Amino acid sequence: MSKKYKLKVGVQENLRDLTVEVNDNQPRPWDGSDHLKYIGKEQTRIDGREKVTGRAKYTFDRQLPGMLWARFLRSPYPAAVVKSIDSSEAEKMPGVYAVITVAEKLPMTIRFAGQEILAVAADSDCVAEEAVRRIQIEYDKKPFVVSADEARKADAPRVYSGMNSNMRETRIRPEDARESDYDRLLSGSHVRVDQTYRTQVQTHSAMETHGIVAVWEDARHLKAWASTQGTFAVRNDLADYFGLPKSNVRVITEYMGGGFGAKLGGGIYYIMAARLAKKTGKPVRLMLNRKEEHLSVGNRPDSVQHLQIGADRNGKITAIKLKSYGTAGIGTGAGTSGPARNIYQTDNIYVAETDVLTNAGPGAAFRAPGHPQGVFALEQAIDELAWKLKMDPLEFRRINTAGDERRRVEYRIGAGKIGWHKRNPKAGADKGVIKRGLGVANSVWYYIYGRGFVCSIQVHSDGSVLLTNGVQDIGGGIGTVMAMVVAEELGLKPTDIEVKIGDTQYGLGPASGGSQTTAGITPAVRDAAWAAGQRVLKIAADMMNEKIQNLELADGRILVKNKKEKFITWKKACSKIPGDQFTVSGERVKDNHGLQRRTIAGVQFADVSVDIETGVVTVNKIVAVHDCGRPMDRLTIRNQINGGVIQGISYALFENRILDRNTGVMVNANLEQYKIAGSVDVPQIESVILDVNEGQSSTGAIGIGEPATVPTAAAIANAVYHAIGVRVRELPMTPQRILAALDQTKGVK
Amino acid sequence: MRKFEYAMPRSVDEVFQYLENNAAVKAGGIDLLDRMKEYEISPGRLVNINGIEALRYIKNGNGLRLGPSVTLAELAASKKLTGAWRVIALAAAGAATPQIRNIATLAGNLCQRPRCWYFRSADFHCTRKGGDTCFALDGENQYHAIIGNSDGCVIVHPSAMATALLALDAVIVIENGKDSRTVALADFYMTPAQDIQRETVLQADELITEISVPGTMQGWKSHYNKLKEKQAFDWPLAEVAVALQMDGKRVKDVRVVLGAAAPVPMRSELAEMVLKNSVLTHELARTAAGEAMENAEPLSENGYKVRIFKTMIYRTLCHAAGMDPFAGGV
Repeated sequence: MSKKYKLKVGVQENLRDLTVEVNDNQPRPWDGSDHLKYIGKEQTRIDGREKVTGRAKYTFDRQLPGMLWARFLRSPYPAAVVKSIDSSEAEKMPGVYAVITVAEKLPMTIRFAGQEILAVAADSDCVAEEAVRRIQIEYDKKPFVVSADEARKADAPRVYSGMNSNMRETRIRPEDARESDYDRLLSGSHVRVDQTYRTQVQTHSAMETHGIVAVWEDARHLKAWASTQGTFAVRNDLADYFGLPKSNVRVITEYMGGGFGAKLGGGIYYIMAARLAKKTGKPVRLMLNRKEEHLSVGNRPDSVQHLQIGADRNGKITAIKLKSYGTAGIGTGAGTSGPARNIYQTDNIYVAETDVLTNAGPGAAFRAPGHPQGVFALEQAIDELAWKLKMDPLEFRRINTAGDERRRVEYRIGAGKIGWHKRNPKAGADKGVIKRGLGVANSVWYYIYGRGFVCSIQVHSDGSVLLTNGVQDIGGGIGTVMAMVVAEELGLKPTDIEVKIGDTQYGLGPASGGSQTTAGITPAVRDAAWAAGQRVLKIAADMMNEKIQNLELADGRILVKNKKEKFITWKKACSKIPGDQFTVSGERVKDNHGLQRRTIAGVQFADVSVDIETGVVTVNKIVAVHDCGRPMDRLTIRNQINGGVIQGISYALFENRILDRNTGVMVNANLEQYKIAGSVDVPQIESVILDVNEGQSSTGAIGIGEPATVPTAAAIANAVYHAIGVRVRELPMTPQRILAALDQTKGVK
Repeated sequence: MRKFEYAMPRSVDEVFQYLENNAAVKAGGIDLLDRMKEYEISPGRLVNINGIEALRYIKNGNGLRLGPSVTLAELAASKKLTGAWRVIALAAAGAATPQIRNIATLAGNLCQRPRCWYFRSADFHCTRKGGDTCFALDGENQYHAIIGNSDGCVIVHPSAMATALLALDAVIVIENGKDSRTVALADFYMTPAQDIQRETVLQADELITEISVPGTMQGWKSHYNKLKEKQAFDWPLAEVAVALQMDGKRVKDVRVVLGAAAPVPMRSELAEMVLKNSVLTHELARTAAGEAMENAEPLSENGYKVRIFKTMIYRTLCHAAGMDPFAGGV
């Protein structure tokens, strides 16, 4: 059975009517006419005190009685065959319990420096590390290739033997497209940009490293604490590997020190830790160190993007053509075409993307896979086109995204905050050696949500409320948002709600990837809370001799609508719960209607200074204007935007995995020489979060984690151009590159 | 990291009793810990001198005497470091991070080992570790030496304090429990040509017990400046310390010291010659900066550092003389 509701939907205050049909067991979706007490306001984290006092226990902190410490032995060579392993010395060491190899038998092929060969478990970290050093490996070293440009050559060593090239099949979209059709459109355009842009490899550098503490409770029951973005994915991996029913594997992520995509599952360390625990009969802790994080857990692939964009004399884009390649090391996933295909209004978009294999650590999902790199190229090319047309780059974007109301609003707000219209319309016009510039870039991501997530709510006769679900909080604060949703629905305070998450013993929760956590889980939370509220209202209706429709939940009370003096307290109503407590649940179902626009927009503006005698770029300010459906907690959203912008600045100016060209070994596998923006490098960040109500689910939430980092580097690059009048088309924009770009235009060395 | 003994002497005399059996002196421990984790050094014993208060002082009178264990934070905040000695405070204030400056010591900073990523990584057995390859020479050398880089090792010396103190003709006092010797800071550091595996003349059984600056430079002006890619916690691409003795507008005497340029902190005699006995103008400062880079021979990836050094020498000279470097045109 279902009900129809007439909703107010739209961007900010510009609302229109929409009728939706929802299931009987769901509330009326929140819409633009709802002014809520907690949702959309700023709520501090319910577990903030635990975190800042150190009482919060992360996987890294987990120590169990009798626990062993495990360490990997990794290949120092980028390409080799392991011929033999002699671990006799290590196994004789006091305190060493087990040595197990990754491969079932030798020879084993090594394809990158840092590849796992075996793992040791010992009664201390120190002994495990020393044991690893005493193991003798006989390698047969092979030729290798670590740069994508080298790997594309016909005579390059093959990363996978038997393949006739290191290049995977080029993916062309539209699939039946003829390149020459687009070339014709481009060459017939009034203006055209034809440039190549390069981005670097960025490694995941979450505060807490990857790892797990595994313990076998008996031969058929495995329990593990894991630093993961996907508790259920880890559970499934472990169950699959050991042939256990999923019901026998429990994965817990109580607190988690950050993840940007590399912790979505599939880690070899989970399996090795559980194997060591099984072999020794003891709990085993296998947390990677910082060096291993850089080498082996995944990274943002690099890219070389050749972009051609044309426009007519009115500034309408005629065609976009992107040909790109990049390397995800021994893996794939170096595509960059998302932005080119999903921001600007033209039917003529051609993309061709190629993965190049190299002897380097694998790529992995990394906060908006393909998008910061794609936007770095696209948004600079768009800018270049606007300058060629002698058109305001913002106006050019407005013309070519005219159908998207969110972008229109975002441009207007952002331009006002950064002072766009006060800028010098010329590039490189400042006098002196420190030159200032403003730049803009669009973001793009997608509305993604999963289904089947189940939240349970227990209401007890003392009025206490327990919310459970298996979803992990990777730092975004989803537990706080869930408490807000329950509090909003039940007329309680967020701190009144006990939230238990991060445990596969509870209902299915989303993996935190694709910016889908909030969109995935909050509707299930609200539906469960609504059901709980209906149960308590029914009890109260009987107690108060009122019809249930006349009652509402607010401020810890059950009130008669329009008769505020008549009420009973939440606790009093709960005291009459038959049998002491009840449990209800809510399930994430399909949205009540498909959204017209499946993208998330967002725009960022950068204000930078460039010292043309040293090449140092200083970011003075970033204005970030974003939409994420109906905002839940504006404080945690702001945190996400701040984090995204900081990571974007770091990507723009500093971060770079450097592999030694002669040995294929990473030379900066630490946090000293792998440079990440620090406090002094972070500018003022002003964020604005739009209210966009679609009424598509009971909460209307959409994601923000990824959109927040997508445009930052491109906005900075465009601001650098405005400052110095020279394009820097390669990341990171180091003093070396800025000076080289300046030299090129001057024609001096 | 290997296991080690830990000694905590309470006096300088006691220190020497422990300096045997592959012992290493630990002061702040910042550099030592990193190197132990990468197995560059595996001491059998750490001798922690942090508990010896007698090694921690800043005394000024006719000249300046600094205890080796004075922290960078203490130097940065000291009100005694004015005039010529301001260069010391500026160098200390710009090093590392607030947390590190609170524990890192002056002598530790002088004796820290190079930050070359090949030297620091257990994966590379380079010439400085007794191997036969300098991996940086044909490798990733964007942060390496542009001067003095033809002797089999192309490190830059990382000590900011050495750069500043060399501008003040500082002297190091070294003891070994029996004897004491003084070494001019300029002679304290060794080039790869002198010894490719060591940066200083300090022996394993020795301890720096004082760093002193002669009083002859009182009345001089000084400045220190560095350029980093990243403003929070980064090593410099270029650093410059300048001490100036002015006679009206004329330079009477001068020290121009370059850090992050060569395997040792170095005075630029080429720049000093241009400046000495001349009237200091923006143009002269530019000429001196250019002259300082006359003997630069950049490697494959670090040519940009020459440009940056020219800028930083110019700007530091201007600042030392109280001139606005940005008033002189590009």
